[in-house]
Amino acid sequence: MGASGAPLLSMRGIGKSFAGSMALDGASLSIGAGQVHGLIGQNGAGKSTLIKILTGVYVRDAGDVEFEGRALRIGSPREAQAAGISTIYQELTLVPLRSVTENVTLGYEPRTRFNTIDWRAAHARTRTILTGFGLDIDVRAPLGEHSTAIQQLVAIARAVSLQARLVIMDEPTSSLDEREVQVLFSVVKRLKAAGTSVLYVSHFLDELFAICDRVTVMRDGSTVADHPIARVSKLSLIADMLGRDIDEIESDGMTELGGGTNDAGELVFEATDLATGPRLSRLDLAVHAGEIVGLGGLLGSGRTEAARAVFGADALTGGSLRFTGQRTPPATPAQAIAAGIGFLTEDRKAEGIVPHMSVRENLTLALLPALTRGGLIRRTEERELVERFITALGIKTSGMDQPIRELSGGNQQKVLLARWLAIHPKLLILDEPTRGVDVGAKFEIQAIIREHVERGVGVLLISSEFEELVEGADHIVVMQDGVSVGRLSNPGITEERLVREIASVA
Amino acid sequence: MNSASADANHDQGKRSSSRRPSGRLAWRSTLARHGTLIALAALLLVNVLFTPNFLHLQTLFVNISQVATIAIVAIGMTLVIATGGIDLSVGAVMALAGALAPLIFGSELGVAYPLLGLVAAFVLPLAVALACGAFNGVMISVLRVQPIIATLILFISGRGIAQVLTNGNLQTFSNPGFSYLGTGRVLGLPFQGWLALLIAVLAFWVVNRTIHGRHLLAVGGNERAAALSGVPVRRVKIGVYMVCAFLAGIAGLVVVAINSASDAARNGNLMELDAIAAAVVGGALLQGGRAPVFGALLGAVIIQLVKYTLLANGIEDEVALVAKALIIVAAVALQQGRRE
Repeated sequence: MGASGAPLLSMRGIGKSFAGSMALDGASLSIGAGQVHGLIGQNGAGKSTLIKILTGVYVRDAGDVEFEGRALRIGSPREAQAAGISTIYQELTLVPLRSVTENVTLGYEPRTRFNTIDWRAAHARTRTILTGFGLDIDVRAPLGEHSTAIQQLVAIARAVSLQARLVIMDEPTSSLDEREVQVLFSVVKRLKAAGTSVLYVSHFLDELFAICDRVTVMRDGSTVADHPIARVSKLSLIADMLGRDIDEIESDGMTELGGGTNDAGELVFEATDLATGPRLSRLDLAVHAGEIVGLGGLLGSGRTEAARAVFGADALTGGSLRFTGQRTPPATPAQAIAAGIGFLTEDRKAEGIVPHMSVRENLTLALLPALTRGGLIRRTEERELVERFITALGIKTSGMDQPIRELSGGNQQKVLLARWLAIHPKLLILDEPTRGVDVGAKFEIQAIIREHVERGVGVLLISSEFEELVEGADHIVVMQDGVSVGRLSNPGITEERLVREIASVA
Repeated sequence: MNSASADANHDQGKRSSSRRPSGRLAWRSTLARHGTLIALAALLLVNVLFTPNFLHLQTLFVNISQVATIAIVAIGMTLVIATGGIDLSVGAVMALAGALAPLIFGSELGVAYPLLGLVAAFVLPLAVALACGAFNGVMISVLRVQPIIATLILFISGRGIAQVLTNGNLQTFSNPGFSYLGTGRVLGLPFQGWLALLIAVLAFWVVNRTIHGRHLLAVGGNERAAALSGVPVRRVKIGVYMVCAFLAGIAGLVVVAINSASDAARNGNLMELDAIAAAVVGGALLQGGRAPVFGALLGAVIIQLVKYTLLANGIEDEVALVAKALIIVAAVALQQGRRE
């Protein structure tokens, strides 16, 4: 059965509200059998809620769900799995200390006559599935010894072994590098060829064009568009997501950073032959006031390690680091902050927000020593400062005392950005500043960065989005395997040139 | 019905439903938010109705003097739990500090110079307690031992050391100066009650008004984020275990002062459990990030009242333990509800 037959899944008029506020209102989703279906929308558009209803985590308030032609009634993720719906979550939900086989077959192990686990059959079944993915690994080894990408594929293998008819992938590539993404794509294509449908949720629009057949766009809890992917452009998808006009977006450009137009001032810092270990072995890098220097390279090329080294979070094992006006380079984050360096980390949840704390407490965390006298926090001053940043950055919050975990991803990121802007930085290190935030917040964050660059802040920008680097940076230092291998300057950088440089053999 | 009016209706429904949640939900959230206070009120009511002589001043004094030690230790425990840790050694530290004090003011030098002996009997045991806390803190933050294992070391050995120091004997003494800590009255109420209150106010102030408190909560809420924001994580952790042990030391001295005797085998026995229970009942989250100091005080009062209620009504100790367990279960259940 192809796309022309009855859909595998059909969700209509789905409504759901939490504590009185409407999360979904008239959302719909229809996926054909053997189709790869993209689902996109800004943060807070209702994608996660819709998926959680589909997988039995939440119970819907309104609407119908039909799966394989019958009304779907499920009350738990396990029931969803039994019905043929498997989910690969953003945060992997596997057991790293147990073997690959155990992870694939957990809870559904083949049994022998004596009702003990038939390991031979289990290993064989696991190996067969993984070979089908083009993956040849030791299935008896603990899962944790393999890379994130392989773990992700194992999670998919688990779904396949459970005879899933629909596999839901939520941001599957957020922690994969380019090559691993290609492996994932080939697995998705094999699933499709075998008649399994895939619901693919991603912030990366390019990926949708690479593998999806159709795409559904959500906005404000409703489904606003549903197209065959061949008939839409990236720009029109963004327009759907934002609810804005295509022409309007086109004239604004895709990024707000304005690379190549900034006037560089005096030197902020200079690193020569910098090394901190095997993942950062030789880095030459300099940033001037009022310019954006990008770090280009694949995941694992040492970009984040470079940022950590400059911030004093990792001890140097070689090379030299000189900051203008500082006798010695910072040896700890506290010293770096005192020297006017801010570091917006890549992993917002693990290294950025303190979830229990309020917006106010999160925002002033790095500035705190400067806000205290004799150990006592000057509270009036703190409140005034936070109020100023909430207004200036357009942070959407019910108040500065709201716990930060209740904010959307984009607004959390703005608070974290404010945490660093508050220290009046000379240098801002931004590691994936717009990852996982919706398109609207992305433009706003880029505009804020731009504004501070114009005021003379030096920015070191790490981004996996080539577009952001190419259009945003004044210079791009290209890294491979912990070594800086080249330097490009704007104007004149194109995505093509950057990719060539990143892929070049050193 | 045309679509515009449908939208309007729909909007109205949205607004009114967001204004007030349904009755049952409201009731549940009230219970979750004020569960501790409601439990306290219920306990008081039961006692007034059933416990003989509950409304006598003597009952109040007994309960205050008992609750003070639990509260003092529970406040320290709450701070430790706020960093995502736990301190099992508080009972042992109580025994150690309590065993040292009579040895000091009872020594030849202490008898020859009573004032010096008295001062030393406060200062030295508390210094030893601080050292115990520093040991715990270094084990946990520098050597990265799990808190439950690290504090287990002193949990086992601390009481042993105390018993060795006293040859396992009960030491009785008569020293009115020292005993004031346990038997003195200020404005008609037991001194240690005031002491516990003072410590609570001080701890609340530190947590909510100073950079140290903010750092404490940041470390408990997200250690990696705190470290990258310049928070001195190690110093915070060592400090909090030192404060906890210091407070346990004070509680140990209070117990000895109440009894005019030091029994290293019983002083602070099972106190770690009472303190953890009081902290949890008071709203502390075991994964860290929250430090409800007055909650701990309230939790201690509830734990004490349950003990007293059962005791005064002639119910055996063993049953009292089960009742305590039920309270913890109820507190945790309420916390789960709160998280939703």
